[in-house]
Amino acid sequence: MTRLGLVFLGMVLLFLYTPILVLMAMGFNASPLYELPFEFSTRWYSDLMGNESLLTAGFNSIVLALITSVLATAIGTLAALALSRRHFRGRSLLQLLLLPPIAIPWLITGTAMLIFFFWTGIGRGMHALVIGHVALAVPYVVLVVGTGLQTVRADLEEAAMSLGSTPIHAFFAITLPLLFPSILGAALFAFAVSLDQFVVSYFLSSPGYVTLPVQIYSAIRKGFTPEINAISTLLLLGSMTVILIFARFARPGAPK
Amino acid sequence: MALRGPVGPRRLPDWMATTALLLPAYAWLTLAVFLPLLTMFVFSFLNKTPMGQAPVEFTLRHYRAFIDQPYLLGVAWNTLMMGVWTTLICAVLGFLAALALVRCSFGRSREMLLVLILLPFWTNGLVRVFSWTMVLRENGFLDSLWHLVGDGSVGFLYSRPAIILGLVHGYLPYMILTCYIALVTIDDAVIEAAQSLGARWWTVLGSILIPLALPGLISGAVLTFVPVIGSFMEPRILGGPVGMTLGTVIEDQFTQAFNWPLGASLSFTLLAVVLAIFATFSGVLRRGTAGAS
Repeated sequence: MTRLGLVFLGMVLLFLYTPILVLMAMGFNASPLYELPFEFSTRWYSDLMGNESLLTAGFNSIVLALITSVLATAIGTLAALALSRRHFRGRSLLQLLLLPPIAIPWLITGTAMLIFFFWTGIGRGMHALVIGHVALAVPYVVLVVGTGLQTVRADLEEAAMSLGSTPIHAFFAITLPLLFPSILGAALFAFAVSLDQFVVSYFLSSPGYVTLPVQIYSAIRKGFTPEINAISTLLLLGSMTVILIFARFARPGAPK
Repeated sequence: MALRGPVGPRRLPDWMATTALLLPAYAWLTLAVFLPLLTMFVFSFLNKTPMGQAPVEFTLRHYRAFIDQPYLLGVAWNTLMMGVWTTLICAVLGFLAALALVRCSFGRSREMLLVLILLPFWTNGLVRVFSWTMVLRENGFLDSLWHLVGDGSVGFLYSRPAIILGLVHGYLPYMILTCYIALVTIDDAVIEAAQSLGARWWTVLGSILIPLALPGLISGAVLTFVPVIGSFMEPRILGGPVGMTLGTVIEDQFTQAFNWPLGASLSFTLLAVVLAIFATFSGVLRRGTAGAS
């Protein structure tokens, strides 16, 4: 019985990873038409180095993810402090309001943002993408930091205050250092959310400012070469690295 | 706030501090999500995209689209079926995989398996969908495997099964996670007790495992079905000409046809369906997420 279960899990992993590995392998195949048999070549990676539009889009994606990560972590951590440490009326409503950015299909959120930004004159482009991405990342930050706060005892801070520390000093001296791994984890998570976001970016990019997934999508629809496999491989490895580092900071179910 | 330190002159009142902590996040969400949804609602009643000088009027016409353009009914049906099939397949495979994780793996190796299963979920969905075209296209990876035993092509890119396959690939990790969270809390003693009393495996499955895992199955199903009926790039890339869904029709209104009010009313219809689903299962979902955190 145990062996059957493990065989099944192996098949699930095979299903999950086969297309990804095929995608990566085809980035090293010489044929521009993806023809087999396989012939090893690094041609597409060297071509990629000269592909201005893909490189610019990749650079845009990384900068956008960094900005999103910093802003979402800052405002999300503040909100998490209030939501998990303070008692006030309407708290559960506010917690509920964190769900729409996660739960409503991005197609709906993305088209709504497009309409609103157009109507108010905010327009499209980098600033619009920052507004959108931060909103999508904030709920995750609140969740990760909120979970982290449960392991930091609130009475430590109260003890410091009863010994004459100001609330602000108590926060910076006690809670913040203890919370730091969670905050770092949340920042990585927000970075990954932004880096992997396609749907909302698709509606908010302008012709002059495109992120990597949007560029890849238009390439897929207009015709492409294995350069797309090369850059996709780099993107996959990048977000997998970020998530694995995150998993080390906030392992689900791990003893703290 | 049981204990209070000596109150200094710089101390803010409690409500002010709370507001100051919450304001940035919620102001941001209002600007980026809540006001846009509200604006979209208003837009869905306009007779045309408000550009240029021509005056716009309010109309209910776009909400009659399903009657005026009967092909949309077919599209809606396809979208629904796409959601049902994806969710069903994910539920069966996800439940079995979670069961295998709980019953057949332990400690470090289980943790590693979980990370391996969840890792693809947090990578770029577009790239993963694209990767299936490498497998399913004519003379792709699937065909080169097939050519070891037979002739011709078995690749099925640009078909409905291809769309379902790509969607299952995308959402299976999530279903495994929600089922795992539900199954891992079941006490082994309960199963042993049932077996020692003579219960066969199907009784254990039907009377203990599935009922106790039901919250996980339901949250997984909702969190698969909802994004699937709102998807557009999976049907676009893997379905090609047969991949017309509500999602691709909405995308077209915003990027090709430039009929924003129709796009807005279709988006809002979809949102109403989504909200109805969440409202129906809110109790189960709340318990499900409480277990996850």
